[in-house]
Amino acid sequence: MTAVTAGRSTRGIVDLVFRARELSIVLALAVLVAVTAAANGNFLSAQGLKDIFLNAAILALLAVGQSFVVITRNIDLSVGSVVGLVAFTVGDVLAANQGLGVGVAIVLGIVIGCVCGLVNGLLVSFGKVPALVVTLGTLYVIQGLDHAIAHGRQINAVDLPRSVLSLGNGSVLGIPYLPLITVVVMLAVGYYLRSYASGRDFYAIGSSPEAAGLAGVPVRRRVMAAYLLSGALAGLGGVLWLARFGTVVADDAHGWELQVVSAVVVGGVAITGGVGTVYGAALGALLLTTITSALVVLKVNPFWQQAITGALLLLAISVDRVLALRVARILRRRNARHGS
Amino acid sequence: MTGAAEATAPHGPGTGDAPPVLALAGVSKSFGAVRALRDVSLELHAGEAHALAGENGAGKSTLVKTLSGVHRPDSGQVLMDGRPVEFHKPADAQRHGVAVIYQEPTMFPDLSVAENIFIGRQPRASLGRIDRGAMRARAAELFARLGVALDPEQPARGLSIADQQLVEIAKALSRDARVLIMDEPTAALSVNEVARLFTVVKALREQGCAVLFISHRLDEIFELCQRVTTLRDGAWIAGEAVAGLTHEALIRRMVGRDLDTLYPKLDAATGEVALKVHRLTREGVFTDVSFEVRRGEIVALAGLVGAGRSEVARAVFGVDRWDAGWVEVNGRRLPPASPTAAMSAGVALVPEDRRQQGLVMDQSIERNIGLTGLKRLRRGPVISRAAERDRARDWAIRLQLKFNRLSDAVNVLSGGNQQKVVLAKWLSTRPQVLIIDEPTRGIDVGTKAEVHRVLSELASDGMAVLMISSELPEVLGMADRVLVMQEGRLVAEIPRAEATEESVMTAAAGRTS
Ligand SMILES: Nc1ncnc2c1ncn2[C@@H]1O[C@H](COP(=O)(O)OP(=O)(O)OP(=O)(O)O)[C@@H](O)[C@H]1O
Ligand SMILES: [Mg+2]
Repeated sequence: MTAVTAGRSTRGIVDLVFRARELSIVLALAVLVAVTAAANGNFLSAQGLKDIFLNAAILALLAVGQSFVVITRNIDLSVGSVVGLVAFTVGDVLAANQGLGVGVAIVLGIVIGCVCGLVNGLLVSFGKVPALVVTLGTLYVIQGLDHAIAHGRQINAVDLPRSVLSLGNGSVLGIPYLPLITVVVMLAVGYYLRSYASGRDFYAIGSSPEAAGLAGVPVRRRVMAAYLLSGALAGLGGVLWLARFGTVVADDAHGWELQVVSAVVVGGVAITGGVGTVYGAALGALLLTTITSALVVLKVNPFWQQAITGALLLLAISVDRVLALRVARILRRRNARHGS
Repeated sequence: MTGAAEATAPHGPGTGDAPPVLALAGVSKSFGAVRALRDVSLELHAGEAHALAGENGAGKSTLVKTLSGVHRPDSGQVLMDGRPVEFHKPADAQRHGVAVIYQEPTMFPDLSVAENIFIGRQPRASLGRIDRGAMRARAAELFARLGVALDPEQPARGLSIADQQLVEIAKALSRDARVLIMDEPTAALSVNEVARLFTVVKALREQGCAVLFISHRLDEIFELCQRVTTLRDGAWIAGEAVAGLTHEALIRRMVGRDLDTLYPKLDAATGEVALKVHRLTREGVFTDVSFEVRRGEIVALAGLVGAGRSEVARAVFGVDRWDAGWVEVNGRRLPPASPTAAMSAGVALVPEDRRQQGLVMDQSIERNIGLTGLKRLRRGPVISRAAERDRARDWAIRLQLKFNRLSDAVNVLSGGNQQKVVLAKWLSTRPQVLIIDEPTRGIDVGTKAEVHRVLSELASDGMAVLMISSELPEVLGMADRVLVMQEGRLVAEIPRAEATEESVMTAAAGRTS
């Protein structure tokens, strides 16, 4: 009986450690917002807040897709290129066919994203090529494709249907569409990952790929699914990007993959797989975006923005490492104490 | 039942002429140049426990993995209910009702114990969601059946190997399988847990489950099983009823010759105190532990699993810290929590969890054996490759390591042979104080005798040996003195002459007379 009660409190500790990540991001956000607002009142203006949420929405959406992949102990570096490709090609199609609406845009974007995800997924899960190599490759291939299609052209907001533009700038009940979409997707994906058997498979795979195979988890199918989802959300992200900015050139989201991966890691998804939530990842995206905005408001040299993002990443990784060691030690001690 | 049917029903009651639930017919499997299985046949019948015996590297685990869909046979067939089946992946075998406990634990460290058991098969509530309450309850129920106090909600990370093995057992039991395959499920368990496991397995067997059981503890085979198949170097040697078989006969089938004594203990002159542990305490783990080990002496630390024996060993070696007390080696105090200091004072620890703490799995055998002795092998700034290889070869031969080439990675070795590599690694450093945790876990009978011989020789050369062992015969056969721990305290010290199975077990169970 003692061992069981001890187990309960162990769980408490472990739970707390994992919740702690999300709580500490919220705390960091609060401090950051308070300090910046004190220095410059405009930061908290309605427009200022709206900008932050609009900017964070796309990054958070991509972070949700990325966490799926990272939880399975893989990585998807091609998301930035997919966003760029989708934003441009969908914009191109819409500009050429004025009759098309926002629904077609979204479907088209998701389909293109899925195709990219399919290629990644096939190569990683069936081709057994390391994810880093595969997605670094597709990053460049998709980028090249984007440039080839764009051929130096630019999509202009005036050529786009009104319905698409209002998706990027409109709102319902005062809440802009973009963050709304992200939150809905995040909640759905988060609920699926936690509450469905197939959702738990992703964690099992990331925790131990060999054990997952032996336990009968369809490892390749799930990894495939993770890439498909990441691709689909990157596709959706591309359409949102087009809707928000209107004017796009090829390769607009260049370099975003690193921001997305940073957001995911800062949000507590272990780069070694098996641990983390999409909520954490989305919060991580919000934090990174807020930092960028705050630094602009505080008139800090943009060079520092990157340095700070980097420092935050290192901090997150070291905190993960230290926490993991701590937890392991606590658990070992508890087990030693109560025998078996 | 007709007389003829009776005559052809060698598999005990209830099986009659029914085809075996699961069978291998003429199966061969090679890994490169290694022929792990050659033309092996085996039949598992409902209601019967079948043992698989053989030395380390004989091909037992390979056979298990062929039955479970991990490996596909190069030739020959897997038959289910008499019909050929092809398992392409473990999931296929599982669908046919085959549950497997693999030799190496297959845990998801980041998931809870309950999820580890039910992954992919979680109880469902409405809309296909996981019913966590039901999952927890079913896990608790399984643990109750096995008589263990594990919290289903606890993360699997940090579980001791014994607990990991219990979770594996629960996982397999939860499948309500027609065929239960267990590859050394008892290696890390103590007597009580083994007894519980056997009660559960016997009940399953009576309900008609077919069981395949592997263990290097022959007593267990004789207790649980009706039939036994023996492999040697991948070849089928015998398949026979256990009744009427003797230990010696079974060993002869496995090893191919008669074994002389299993406990070749030499008498050694004891010298001065090499290791002195004084009132060592780690809060909540062990309390007030004091003992000495002299040169030339083998001292056994006995007790139930979880009594704190491994923890004391880890603290003495400096892997874990301690809260009070001190440790002296050859009269000099060791600084707490410093394995480096312990090593340079001449202490070596062969840890209990060898796979995780003792090996670099994707490095070669010679590299792994050489890891600890790097300094000694150094000529100038570089490690002498030739010296490394020579030393590795010596020890590999001495411990009867079964390998293809010394440059092979250790992860292709069989489980028992991996254990031997760790032993070789530490024994070859010739420490002054050797702390060895479960020296023969997972090691076959033939090599067991060899390990005992090596330990005995090392001691008579003046080494002080502290041996933790859950195998009573080993403790009684090898130790000059037996220290018994119970719930973190040293409760008895029994000299060799007075040590009997009874005196040690009584002390360990806490009923000191
Ligand atoms: N994946 C692999 N690649 C290469 N060789 C392998 C592989 N798996 C097993 N072997 C070899 O096949 C032989 C049989 O190994 P197996 O694991 O079946 O032995 P075992 O009877 O289970 O031994 P133990 O009692 O030590 O567990 C060994 O020589 C081993 O080195
Ligand atoms: Mg084996």
